[in-house]
Amino acid sequence: MLVFVIRRLLQSALVLLAVSLVVFAGIYAIGNPVDILLPDDANETERQAAIRALGLDRPLLVQYGIFLLKAVQGDLGTSFVYNIPSIELIFSRLPATLELAMCALFISIAVGIPLGLWAGLRPGTKTDEAIVTGSILGFSLPSFWQGLMLIMIFSVTLGWLPSNGRGATGTLFGIETSFATWDGFTHLLLPAINLSLFKLALMIRLTRAGVRETMPLDFIKFARAKGVSETRIVLAHVLKYILVPIITVIGMELGAVIAFATVTETIFAWPGMGKLIIDSINKLDRPVIVAYLMVVTLMFIVINLVVDILYALLDPRVRIKGQTE
Amino acid sequence: MNSEISPTAPAASSSTVDESRLRMLWREYAERRGAVVALIVCVVLLAAAILAPIIAPQNPYDLSVIDIFDSRLPPGSVNPAGFTYWLGTDGQGRDMLSAMIYGLRLSLFVGVLSGLLAISAGVTVGLIAAYAGGAVDALLMRVVDFMLGFPAILVALILLAVLGQGVDKVIFALVMVQWAYFARAVRGTAMIERNKEYVEAAISLGLSRPRIVFGHILPNCMPPIIVIGTMQIAHAISTEATLSFLGLGLPITEPSLGLLIANGFSFLLSGLYWISVFPGLLLLVTIFSINIVGDRLRDVLNPRLQK
Repeated sequence: MLVFVIRRLLQSALVLLAVSLVVFAGIYAIGNPVDILLPDDANETERQAAIRALGLDRPLLVQYGIFLLKAVQGDLGTSFVYNIPSIELIFSRLPATLELAMCALFISIAVGIPLGLWAGLRPGTKTDEAIVTGSILGFSLPSFWQGLMLIMIFSVTLGWLPSNGRGATGTLFGIETSFATWDGFTHLLLPAINLSLFKLALMIRLTRAGVRETMPLDFIKFARAKGVSETRIVLAHVLKYILVPIITVIGMELGAVIAFATVTETIFAWPGMGKLIIDSINKLDRPVIVAYLMVVTLMFIVINLVVDILYALLDPRVRIKGQTE
Repeated sequence: MNSEISPTAPAASSSTVDESRLRMLWREYAERRGAVVALIVCVVLLAAAILAPIIAPQNPYDLSVIDIFDSRLPPGSVNPAGFTYWLGTDGQGRDMLSAMIYGLRLSLFVGVLSGLLAISAGVTVGLIAAYAGGAVDALLMRVVDFMLGFPAILVALILLAVLGQGVDKVIFALVMVQWAYFARAVRGTAMIERNKEYVEAAISLGLSRPRIVFGHILPNCMPPIIVIGTMQIAHAISTEATLSFLGLGLPITEPSLGLLIANGFSFLLSGLYWISVFPGLLLLVTIFSINIVGDRLRDVLNPRLQK
C-alpha cells in the first residue's frame, strides 16, 4: 500500500511539473512577458526595469527555474486590478465557491438518489421512462441557459428570489456562511439549484443502473426468502450495496462541480473564484489567471490522488496490478 | 489464384449481409417512437442549418436589410414594409428566427467538425496504444488519464484564455477536450479484437500492420465510436455555447446560439424574454434530440443487451 501511495505521489508531482511547464510556456514564452506582467500604460524606463527585475535577459531555463522557485513559495505575481498577491485573492474567494459546490452536491444527492431508486425499482413503467427522459433532459439543458430561465421565472416573473450576489453572510460554528441569515439563504438557493441539475441527472442514472443490477442478485433473493420486508430490502440492502460506487463518483464529481461553478457564478454574480477567473480573463489580469490555473491543477491532482487511494483501499486488485507492473 | 474465386461473389453476399443487418438495427431502433422522432428532429435541424441561406427569411449578416427602428419587437410583430417577425427581433433589429437558423448552422458546424476531428485523433491514438502495447500503451494511457482527470469545460476555458477568440481556436479547444474519450474506448475494444482469430489470420497472411489495424480491427471498433461520437457532438455543441456565453468562445461577429442567448441576457431582466428564450429552446431541442438518438444507439449497438 505504501509503495502504491508513494508511486502515485511521484506521478502527481510529475503532472504538476508538466502543467507548470505548459503554463510557463503559454504565458512567458509565447506572449511577451513584459506586456503580460506590466499594465498597458507602463513607459519605457518601467519596461527596462521590469525586464531586469524579471530576469528576462537570462536563459529560458534559468527563468523557468526562478518561476518554479517562486511558485513553490506561493508567489505567483500580484493582481493588476486588485493590487494584492493573486494567490491571496484566489483563496479569499474559495469559501464562496466551496459553499456553492457543496450545496449543489447535497441537492443532487438528496433528490437524485430517491428518484433513481424509484425508477430502478419499477423498470419499464411509465414512471421509470419519465424519470429517465427527465434525466436526459437534465443532461441536455445547457447549464447557463437553465440558469437564465431560473432567473426569469423566480426573480423576474414571480419575484420570489434574488437573482444576483451572495447576500448577507453570518458566522455559524466558526465558518462564514450564507446559511446564517435568511437573506444569504435566499441568495444561495437559485445558484445552488442551477449548479446541481447536471449532477442530479447523473445521480439518477447511477442509482437506477445500480438498483437494476443489484435486484436480481442472490443476496436479495435470500433476504426475500427470509421474509425481510421490501422497504427494508431497498433501504438497508440495496442502498448499502450501491452506495460505494456512488460515493466514489461523488468524490470525482466535486472537481467538475467546482469547474462548472464558473458558469453559475458568472450568471448569478456569485463572488467566488469562478467569477474571478472570468473577470480576470476579460480584464487581462494575467497573474490571477496563472495563479488560478496552478491552484485548480493542484486541487484536481489532490482530488484524483485521494480517489485513486480510496479505490486501492476498496479494491485490492488495483494495488496488485500496480505492484506487478 | 484470383481466377479460382470470383471476386464479385463474396462482395455481393457481404453487402446483402450488411444490408439486412442494418435493417435489423433500424427495426430495433424504431421500437422506441421517441427515438425515431428525435432522429427526424436531428435531420430537420441539420437540413435547416445547411440550407440556412435559402430558408432564413432574412440574412442576419446583411446590414442593409436590418432596420434599427425594428429593434426589440415582440414575436409576431409586422414592420411597416409588411415583414413579419414571427419570433420578434433582437437589440439590433435582427429577425430572431433568421439569426437562430444561422446560429444553429454555426453551432452544428463547430460541434460536428470538432467531433469528427476528435474521433480521428482519438481513434488513431487508441489503435496505436492497443496494437503497440507495452511502454507506448502505458505512456499514451497515462496522457489519456491525465486529460480525463480534468473537466472539459475547465480545460477548454484555460485553452481559450491563452489562445483568444475565434472559430478555429474553439474547434481546437473542443478537439483537445474530446479526443481522450475516443482513445480510451477504442483502445479497450481494440485490445479485445486484437486477440481474435481473424486478426491472427490476417497476420499469418502477411498483411502489413497499418492494413490490419485500419482495415480489420478498426471496422470492428465502430459501434462504441458511433455511440460516443453522437454523445460527444451534443456535448461539444453545449460546451461551445457555454464558452461563447462566457465571452470566451466565438467572436461577436459570428453569433452562434450561445452568443445569441448571451446577447439576450441583458434584455431578460427587463422582460424582453424572446431574445434569450427562443435560441435557448432551439439549443435545448438540438442537444436533447442528439442525446436521445445516442442513448437509443447505445442500447441497439450494445451486444450485451441484445435479446
